[in-house]
Amino acid sequence: MIGVSTLGSALPASQDHDVLGVGAQRRRTVSWLLALTVGLAMTGVFAVGTGAIAISPLTVARILGHQLFGVGEVSWTPPQEAIVWQVRLPRVLLGMLVGAGLATCGVALQAMVRNVLADPYLLGINSGASSGAAAAILFGAGAGFGQYALSTSAFVGALAASLLVFLIARSGGRVTSIRLLLAGVAVGYALYAATSFLIFASGSAEGSRSVMFWLLGSLGLARWDALLAVAAVVIGGTICYLTVTGRRLDVLAVGDETAHTLGVSPDRYRMRLLVVVSLCVGVLVSAAGSIGFVGLVVPHLARRIVGAPHVRVVPAAALLGAILLVWADVIARVLLAPQEIPIGIITSLLGAPFLLILIRRLHAANA
Amino acid sequence: MIEASGVSWRYGANPVIDGVDVTARPGRVLGLIGPNGSGKTTLLRLLYAALRSPTGRVTVDGDELSALTPREAARRMAVVVQETGAETALTVAEMVLLGRGPHLSTFQRTRRTDHEIAARCLARVGATHLGARAFAGLSGGERQRVLIARALAQEATHLLLDEPTNHLDIRYQHEILRLVRGLGTCAVVVLHDLNLAARYCDDLVLLGRGGVVAAGPVGRVLDPAVLEPVYGIGIRRLDIEGDLHLLFHPIPAEGEAAA
Repeated sequence: MIGVSTLGSALPASQDHDVLGVGAQRRRTVSWLLALTVGLAMTGVFAVGTGAIAISPLTVARILGHQLFGVGEVSWTPPQEAIVWQVRLPRVLLGMLVGAGLATCGVALQAMVRNVLADPYLLGINSGASSGAAAAILFGAGAGFGQYALSTSAFVGALAASLLVFLIARSGGRVTSIRLLLAGVAVGYALYAATSFLIFASGSAEGSRSVMFWLLGSLGLARWDALLAVAAVVIGGTICYLTVTGRRLDVLAVGDETAHTLGVSPDRYRMRLLVVVSLCVGVLVSAAGSIGFVGLVVPHLARRIVGAPHVRVVPAAALLGAILLVWADVIARVLLAPQEIPIGIITSLLGAPFLLILIRRLHAANA
Repeated sequence: MIEASGVSWRYGANPVIDGVDVTARPGRVLGLIGPNGSGKTTLLRLLYAALRSPTGRVTVDGDELSALTPREAARRMAVVVQETGAETALTVAEMVLLGRGPHLSTFQRTRRTDHEIAARCLARVGATHLGARAFAGLSGGERQRVLIARALAQEATHLLLDEPTNHLDIRYQHEILRLVRGLGTCAVVVLHDLNLAARYCDDLVLLGRGGVVAAGPVGRVLDPAVLEPVYGIGIRRLDIEGDLHLLFHPIPAEGEAAA
């Protein structure tokens, strides 16, 4: 029943101080984030220990403790230390970064275009990166960058694709979600064709195979180098930015008109998001190829456990994405060992049924 | 007070609003009425700067609207738009809390006072029991009430509503408009139902093709002689115990009358 008293008066003071249950929800979120952080740490230790040469989690923990903090007696062999520190740890770290980056960019894009099927590759950035990578692998583009030739060339491709999408989407002065969607799809197809053309034109079977491998994603390039550092900074920055501006993502996800009436300029914010997300996706595709489904599925999973507000969804999705990708990489390494399977195959195999289950649940909940 | 003078808008080559003046006075409810396509919603959108008129100006309490930041504008004007955001996964409580956004800095979380305000606003629209429900799972009428609660949570000095009675059953049509009236803030409401306009508005602006046909106190605008040519329907006005009621009857087309 509606009263006619003025706003701000007359509602019996609630007995518990947690009106609307916001406090309980916050505590639940913090518990989840803590649990996921612990899960991520355990995943990391396990993943570093798993491979052709198995190393016990205890030994892994000791080596890490020794390397990071200089504590503990040396009770392991030098090859074990080299495997843990030089080979597997950078790979696991890159996996965590890429998984977290894909998941958060997926969250941002789903809010930006208000479509639950949006994923980080919607903007055609991965197609641009693929063209760049193909040019590097098949025709030696970017050879001047030495060990970074492949990732640099891929990044240039990603940058070119996102600029193109940005310019097309912006024609007319505003970036609307539908124009963004169409521009991304169009540019994506064009560059996919360009990659196929490059593969065809090179006539090198071996080259085509390595391009294909790269297209399906791999963490094989991971080592302690500038690329890992750049990925850490960019992906970390993206997660922070999206978490901090979470409330704006919430209103943008409701609608442009709503965003406007709640004090958020939808065009300006979408433009900023586009820049941040493009940069992040560009970096992670350059580092690990196009790994599908993580950016599509993880946001849904995160929303299921912590609810819809983006302040909670972004960090939860980042942690979940990181865990998921590291496990996918473990499977990719051991399933047909010693041969390594492209990680994108694993994420798609795991992700597709998962998405179907989520969609079924979603419909059941709304019915 | 919201004052618009000489504002215009055109879609393509079609001027919908052409050099229109509107004033919404403090403490009064202004109704925007007119047939479909007469530009009621367009005029409302010009008033909250979702559309920027190429001509004239809009001021809020004397300040140029275009000079305010979006956040400043949102602290002065709360708007209930037709866009409902039906696909959102937010709960009702979270939806209403979004109304507190314009009062919080980027880094600030919602505070306890914000939660209390949101709870109070939900109670005012009779939706306290919906708080934990998913917004997307509500009926049209429940959604509308929640959106009005969100607008109330903005604690703005002006309230603009675009057909707030859409999807509502007769009881809530009256309760929502009674609520808006009872707030005592400056309100601008786009309405289809002329009898609701008669009961709950102080002033009316009647829009026809391209501009204002009549403006002023309710009793003066709701005159059958003024309304009939605009709506193309026969209207009889009854004044019962100080309340104004309109009855409608189709005007027979020429030729039909003779048959």
